[in-house]
Amino acid sequence: MTDVRSNVVDFPLRRRGAPFPPREYDGLREREGLVRAHLPSGQPVWLVSRHEDVRALLTDPRISANPANAGFPKVARTGGVPTQEEIPGWFVGLDPPEHDRFRKVLIPEFSVPRIRRWRPTIQRTVHECVDELLASDGAADLVADFALPVPSRIICTILGVPHADRDFFESRTQTLVDLAGTTEAERAEAVRQLLRHINRLIAIKRKWPADDLISRILGTGVVSEEEMSGVVMLLLIAGHETTANNIALGVVTLLSNPQWIGDDRIVDELVRFHSVADLVAMRTAVADIEIGGQLIRAGEGVMPLIAAANHDSCAFEHPRDFDPGRSARGHVGFGFGVHQCLGQNLVRAEMECVYRTLFERVPNLHLTRPVAELPFKYDGTLFGLHSLPVGW
Amino acid sequence: MRISANTGRCVGAGQCVLQAPEVFDQDEDAMVTLHTDRPGEAARAAVSEAANLCPAGAITIHED
Repeated sequence: MTDVRSNVVDFPLRRRGAPFPPREYDGLREREGLVRAHLPSGQPVWLVSRHEDVRALLTDPRISANPANAGFPKVARTGGVPTQEEIPGWFVGLDPPEHDRFRKVLIPEFSVPRIRRWRPTIQRTVHECVDELLASDGAADLVADFALPVPSRIICTILGVPHADRDFFESRTQTLVDLAGTTEAERAEAVRQLLRHINRLIAIKRKWPADDLISRILGTGVVSEEEMSGVVMLLLIAGHETTANNIALGVVTLLSNPQWIGDDRIVDELVRFHSVADLVAMRTAVADIEIGGQLIRAGEGVMPLIAAANHDSCAFEHPRDFDPGRSARGHVGFGFGVHQCLGQNLVRAEMECVYRTLFERVPNLHLTRPVAELPFKYDGTLFGLHSLPVGW
Repeated sequence: MRISANTGRCVGAGQCVLQAPEVFDQDEDAMVTLHTDRPGEAARAAVSEAANLCPAGAITIHED
């Protein structure tokens, strides 16, 4: 057991203008045991940075994802996990066995065979979004005008949101993810409007069930209407900003590594390489547990650092190189354990389709600002781009 | 080599299907199913990797 209390780091380590993942992560992995850190609120937390330790942590039943438990970290201004009292049905904040009721009923909607059946719809939607992008005059913001609309429209289709309501959902979710251009009050209002709209949608699907996710889940009787509202909100938000950040960062990376365009192996390597969900998997210990040679006591918060694990040279050789030729599948970019991303097969299908279609149809796509000047996200839970000015 | 998949543990992520589609599949409930419980030696690397990737540790390889 190592006492590292004398050497506490301030967290998060992400700094404006500095490379991501932060260089400091290399140092964290090399330290014995785990590293003690202070969050901006002063809350103490353990940082877990080695690939092996992150996997061990995320599969241990003594580690909880429930924000109602003592010590649960609150890392950033936004993107915290609401409790069941705040938003019932926000199941990523539940542990087994309560969590399993939601996961079991939802996972068939996102299985490999089911997503395969969605591929023509995904392709059609991506074509539509490229059409709209090309309708503007040779320049656009690839985040607002493409990377956000693609996952938004696809999840709306899967959920069964009527066509007439798509623009409303798309604009409200854009407000939620726009940390640079909106106030906290505006985002809170967007959440209220979304929940109101979702509740109305659920009432309609209850009365007139259709062939869509909301109707099917309600039909199982496993999830209450009140919980369904939280589930829909979660699905809408979870698949939206993460995917958009991946799409936008992926375009930047592929433009400087064009030899890989068209290769199907790029998707998992991009998810590993960018690790946009670095700070998403917050946890707390509900019993004493030893991880990476460090005793974590019950009630102490833990941050498994997704980007640190994905850039651990013990798991991935030359981790800072973008190399789709490597076997990147063992990355924890979608998390690990029972909470591993429910929508990962949808994300893979969306990303594959996006890059193939975008570079095929817009072969002279290019950035209109140098990479170093791009507005990267340093302030939210997720890493990504606030905007991405492109031309063609 | 014999393999078993524990549907009690399976969380339906589908990693195994992507890794070794000739051995693993997902049923209508997204739970893991096996095309065969005795894949040939040629599939050993893919099956081991599928077991390693499974986020729920639901796949076991038996050497009998």
